[in-house]
Amino acid sequence: MSDISQHSTSRGAVKSGGMPSLRALLTLLAVLLLAAVPFIAPSMQLLINLALAKGIAVLGVTVLLRAGQVSFGHALFFGISAYAGAFLMASLPAADLILVLIAGVIGATLSGLLVGLFVVRYRGIFFGMLNLAFSMIFWSILEKFYHVTGGADGIRLPRPTVLGMALERAGFEAVIFYLSIALMVVLGWFTLRWFASPVGQVFQTIKTNETRLEYLGLSPKRVLLSGYLLSAILCGVGGSLMAMTQGVVTPEYVWWVRSAEMVFIAVLGGAGSVRGAFIGALIYEIVRVYASAYAGDIWQMLLGAFLLVIILFAPGGIMGIADGLMHRGGKSLTSTRENAE
Amino acid sequence: MNLTIFLLALFDGISYAALVFIVALGLTLIFGVMRILNVAHGSLYAIGAYATVSLTGFFLALGFAPVFAFPLMLVSAVLVGVLLGGPIEWLLLRRIYDKPEVLQLLVTFAVFMILEDVQRLVWGTQPYFRASALQALGNVTLFGVTYTVYQLILLPLVAIGLLFGLRFFLRHTVIGKLILATTEDREAAQSIGIDADRVFLFTFVVGAVLAGLGGALASPTTSILPGMGADMIVLSFAVVATAGLGQIGGAAIAALMIGLGRSFAVYVWPEVAVLVPYLIMVLVLLVRPEGLFGSPVARKI
Repeated sequence: MSDISQHSTSRGAVKSGGMPSLRALLTLLAVLLLAAVPFIAPSMQLLINLALAKGIAVLGVTVLLRAGQVSFGHALFFGISAYAGAFLMASLPAADLILVLIAGVIGATLSGLLVGLFVVRYRGIFFGMLNLAFSMIFWSILEKFYHVTGGADGIRLPRPTVLGMALERAGFEAVIFYLSIALMVVLGWFTLRWFASPVGQVFQTIKTNETRLEYLGLSPKRVLLSGYLLSAILCGVGGSLMAMTQGVVTPEYVWWVRSAEMVFIAVLGGAGSVRGAFIGALIYEIVRVYASAYAGDIWQMLLGAFLLVIILFAPGGIMGIADGLMHRGGKSLTSTRENAE
Repeated sequence: MNLTIFLLALFDGISYAALVFIVALGLTLIFGVMRILNVAHGSLYAIGAYATVSLTGFFLALGFAPVFAFPLMLVSAVLVGVLLGGPIEWLLLRRIYDKPEVLQLLVTFAVFMILEDVQRLVWGTQPYFRASALQALGNVTLFGVTYTVYQLILLPLVAIGLLFGLRFFLRHTVIGKLILATTEDREAAQSIGIDADRVFLFTFVVGAVLAGLGGALASPTTSILPGMGADMIVLSFAVVATAGLGQIGGAAIAALMIGLGRSFAVYVWPEVAVLVPYLIMVLVLLVRPEGLFGSPVARKI
């Protein structure tokens, strides 16, 4: 008897303590590895930086996936934030990097609130397509009002100052790179905490059973709106970082292909997984750079086909596969131990 | 705004509404029966247009009369429906009917991404323009305004014909009644011996043919370029959402509203013309979240 109880506690310890600490360790290693990129592989720095910016935006789409909703228009907030930064730099030359970031986040928050108030009345098809419609509206505004927005050529976003200092190209790139990593860690951690918070828990109930939420006396719309705002802000931060890294903003930032890419990466990384969003973005960017030389014409076709394969055969994405492997590893470990005992 | 401009805007709006309606009809039919929003519908529209241009180009070069362009439109539409629509339903959608709505949306979206590149691979990125069908019918002068017969008379006639044809087909033919029965309750329909799989396949092919036909009919009036599929799926969704998903008659009225709104905006305030359809949609949905003719669904607890 005592044997069995001991066994179950030890197994419980493995599950509650062992696995997360392994996961945390792997995450820490990955972040350190990323931070070392400028020293190990300087040629990869820009690429990784773009991937991180995209990853933060993808995290926004991932948040919504947790509520079982998919948005085909989240590039809207990505683009609004980028343009807000560009307009700020145009009216206030040599503005600070922090100011550009804040302007972007404010732009994304306000537009997220405006669009969000409308789209949280819908779920599923309407939610996805109305988001797409809003991003297309903003895209045509950018293209049509070219005397303000620069049309298809976009606007240049000159290099902002950093804490009052005007940096050279290399210095600025390093600042942006480490800022991206820091934001990835902070925002990723925050999102995980948010998922675990009461609001986050209620938010995820929208996927499983919304009606029960109303029985609790909570408003699903308000709950969805809070998650929607978080997702818009995350996309905004990603857009700001991307714009400052590239130094130019174009309507392409808002184009539906960009939104599709975000959804693709979110599903690839693992629908609803915070780490998956960044792992997906890194893998996606690296593969894209090397594959576009050979398959530039059929890139979207490959994405579409791969998306189908993931949805039909590996709905958990990369993180799902990794979890499966870990789980299998853990299982075989305990089973061998049982045999030994 | 004088009378001539008013009439021009009116005619523009009507011909545009007719085209959008034909595409939206396919979208709303598929949704009404199968509860799936086919994002790839826009690509089927674009491919219908490309196929028509290529086919007419080929046959007119052989020395056929320009009138021959009309049957070729039908041929392209049917080709799109059977060669693309059929396999999409048969190979993909059939696997996901019991999956969550979001996954179904993602699957058709993936098909959309694939088909957008297929167009670029087959037809390249240069614009195509072939107006032989438009010229073959000549012009008509109405209240002092000269307009093409093709856009002012043929397109609205086809749209009205399809609207009433589809209503008649669904209500008064055996196959139509089978479709309605399956829509009402798939399991009950199967239990009385209806082959629901075949009904779905048939519906999807018909919807795809309508998308292709919309593209085929649009091809003489506009230049065909990459990206037209993306525009059309959003626009036809706006029509369908304004009307209420699955509402066939309502889609006609919504298409007219959106078509007229857009064409009048072109003459009054051209910069915002592209936005007008979405503004109309947002305004309607703010007041009636289910669309103009949609009814709130009873919730299952």
